[in-house]
Amino acid sequence: MLRYGARRAMSLFVSLLVASLVIFLALEIVPGDPAAYMLGINAEPDTVAALRAELGLNRAAPLRYLDWIGGMLQGDFGISYTYRTPVAGMIAERLKVSLPLALYALALSTLIAFPAGIWAAQRRGSAVDVGVMGVTQLGVAIPNFWFAMLMVLVFAINLRWFSAGGFAGWDSGFLAAMKSLTLPAVALALPQASILTRVMRSALLDTLGEDYIRTARAKGLTRGQALRRHALRNAMIPVLTIIGLQFSFLLAGAIIIENVFFLPGLGRLVFQAISARDLIVVESVVMLLVFAVIVVNFAVDLAYAWVDPRLRGER
Amino acid sequence: MSLLRIEALGLSIHGQRVLRDVSLRVDPGEIVGVIGESGSGKSMTALSVMQLLPRGARCEGRVMLAGQDVLTLRERALCGLRGQAVGMVFQEPMSALNPLQTIGAQVAETILIHEKVGRREAMARAGEALERVELPPHRVALSRYPHELSGGQRQRVGIAMAIALRPRLLIADEPTTALDVTTQAEVLKLLKRLVQEDGMGLMLISHDLGVVAGMAERIVIMRQGRVIEQGRFGALAHPYSRALLEASDHVPARPAHDGQAPLLRVSDVVRDYPGRRQGWRGRAAPTRAVDGVSFDIRRGENLGLVGESGCGKSTLARAILGLEPVEGGRIELDGQPVFDGHRVNRAVRRRMQVVFQDPYGSFNPRWSVARLVAEPLYLLDDPPQGAARKAAVAEALSSVGLRPEDGARYIHEFSGGQRQRIALARALIIRPDLIVLDEAVSALDVSIRAQMLDLLADLSTRLGLTYLFISHDLSVVRNVTDRVLVMQGGRIVEEGATAQVFAAPGHPYTRRLIAATPRLPVSA
Repeated sequence: MLRYGARRAMSLFVSLLVASLVIFLALEIVPGDPAAYMLGINAEPDTVAALRAELGLNRAAPLRYLDWIGGMLQGDFGISYTYRTPVAGMIAERLKVSLPLALYALALSTLIAFPAGIWAAQRRGSAVDVGVMGVTQLGVAIPNFWFAMLMVLVFAINLRWFSAGGFAGWDSGFLAAMKSLTLPAVALALPQASILTRVMRSALLDTLGEDYIRTARAKGLTRGQALRRHALRNAMIPVLTIIGLQFSFLLAGAIIIENVFFLPGLGRLVFQAISARDLIVVESVVMLLVFAVIVVNFAVDLAYAWVDPRLRGER
Repeated sequence: MSLLRIEALGLSIHGQRVLRDVSLRVDPGEIVGVIGESGSGKSMTALSVMQLLPRGARCEGRVMLAGQDVLTLRERALCGLRGQAVGMVFQEPMSALNPLQTIGAQVAETILIHEKVGRREAMARAGEALERVELPPHRVALSRYPHELSGGQRQRVGIAMAIALRPRLLIADEPTTALDVTTQAEVLKLLKRLVQEDGMGLMLISHDLGVVAGMAERIVIMRQGRVIEQGRFGALAHPYSRALLEASDHVPARPAHDGQAPLLRVSDVVRDYPGRRQGWRGRAAPTRAVDGVSFDIRRGENLGLVGESGCGKSTLARAILGLEPVEGGRIELDGQPVFDGHRVNRAVRRRMQVVFQDPYGSFNPRWSVARLVAEPLYLLDDPPQGAARKAAVAEALSSVGLRPEDGARYIHEFSGGQRQRIALARALIIRPDLIVLDEAVSALDVSIRAQMLDLLADLSTRLGLTYLFISHDLSVVRNVTDRVLVMQGGRIVEEGATAQVFAAPGHPYTRRLIAATPRLPVSA
């Protein structure tokens, strides 16, 4: 188990290194000089050159890369070109919204998908199964921003249970903050829950057809006991894979939903930074997201080994 | 009173009749063998007793188990019966155990489900059950997982789960089919001992008359969902029973072999597999799968190669066919090396073909049979085209007893026996000198196997073919080969004329193999 973990950690480190190089090089290649952008089209070339020197943009690329990496390791992400404030602080502020939102949506999606997937698998071919499959088909097909607007219409404008947008802030109390994240989280969770339900169902149906389920039934287990004790854990590998992918997506891919609900999250920050050529912010946020994705994958790999003893002794 | 009495059991699945009027009984302490070919309904009979039938199944008749008709019981009562009054052991020890649970937990589960005992006590009793199946916890810890055990050990765990509560009836469905002969003999001995110790009734299901004949007091012969005949082994008289008996020990008519010129020469062949990785850079010592093997096959000869799983016989076959490079030694066909430098020598390769065991997995399901059969033609420098190609396919199909029109069909339309014929047609189409038969008849029912063996003998005579017959089944090798090689741990431990080796085996391993092979009693 330790060796398996060490090998995974090694590959985690290599992935991070490669990802940071790719991100840095990609932003080197894209057109647009941040200094020129900041000063506007009428700026004098000397002024631009002075600003480039001030921002450190005139130094050699490898040096800037090393500075960037070294800074990040110490929690210094640089200074935003447009806002002139430390990027680390901006990201931390936005993460206070985006991370809880992603976790909230993931929790909702899992809480819906597990029972629904199990229920449908247990009653394969029944009206329940057909119903669950139909609803999840819809859930995958409906764009989440449209569903979000629909919810705003019903729950915010008509029923007035929730506010139509904005974030209350953690200072206003945990419940108030969570309440303002509820509609966005539901909108984000719906398609994810639909996908996860379908994966759960098909993974369970696969394992329910295995010989060891028949063996378990021959020992005297009821259908439900065989499912809970033997099928569920065996079906977890594909489900964990999807959960890992979904978390990464929820963290990074909430741009549209954040816009619909006017949430000051990471997605909106990247969106604004790209349009303002604030490359250092883009770089840092993208690196952070990549870091999150890779760490989540690492966690999923460790979870595989926890679920499946055969992986622990893997070569 | 009988322990199990099945009366006029009928079964249909989604309206399709599977069993008709099946009646049989098992008394306490009695071993009843149920014999039949695939599709005869023997497993479905067992699953009807357990009421673990597939969806859409409907039973009629009566299945009296310990005074109750299981067909009238509710699911809750059935769960109480399964594992408690009747235990069941399945064929595949690889897949019948949950890969994610320790063997101790899986055996203890039988106890926990039926009795109000604590986890600790259930584990202790699981240890006792494993001890009874000769897997004492001090040798194989309860905390082991199934993938850490051998096939025979896993099957013992399966038996321990079934007998943990000392059920009155044990149903074993092909319990030894996936095991090596020596392991099979041990598991059968174990089952017999458990029956004697507990006075348990045993319903032993098998396709192999040899396995059952030596064990069962009574034998039930099934065919196409019906019971054909039942009685003592020596008293079986129905024509189908007799035919089954003949087929399972079938000796095809073959002229004696007298050729002397060697066709294939294998000298000092060594094949290593790289060892496990250790740490970041190191590797364990490589595993030597084939260790300095030398032998000849003479032209027109049928040479047998026997050994248990993992002995290296399939690796050797792949090396002969040029499918894998070797680390040492030479393999020559008619004086020409199979490997030409690091490349396979095509001129040699086209003179050798192979038929594998699995008639299901070795065909591309999206290709027509004609295309499948014609595939080896690419080995020729100037493959026939158009009408000539069609004629070659037709001839190959006819030579294995299929019709040329079958070429237009797809592989799923054929039975297992027909598929093996198609595999043979595919091998024959480029008129090879040597055909390697790697467990080619092992997955077939006895009567189909007998037909296939006759076909092979006939083709060998007509076309002057040479066979390398690789099998774990000694009784088949005994009946169809001229000479035999016995392989153990990558080495050939004995070699000689088949009749002689079987009559007077020289090596202790050969003696053990022959002793473990189930034989039909001579009385029948």
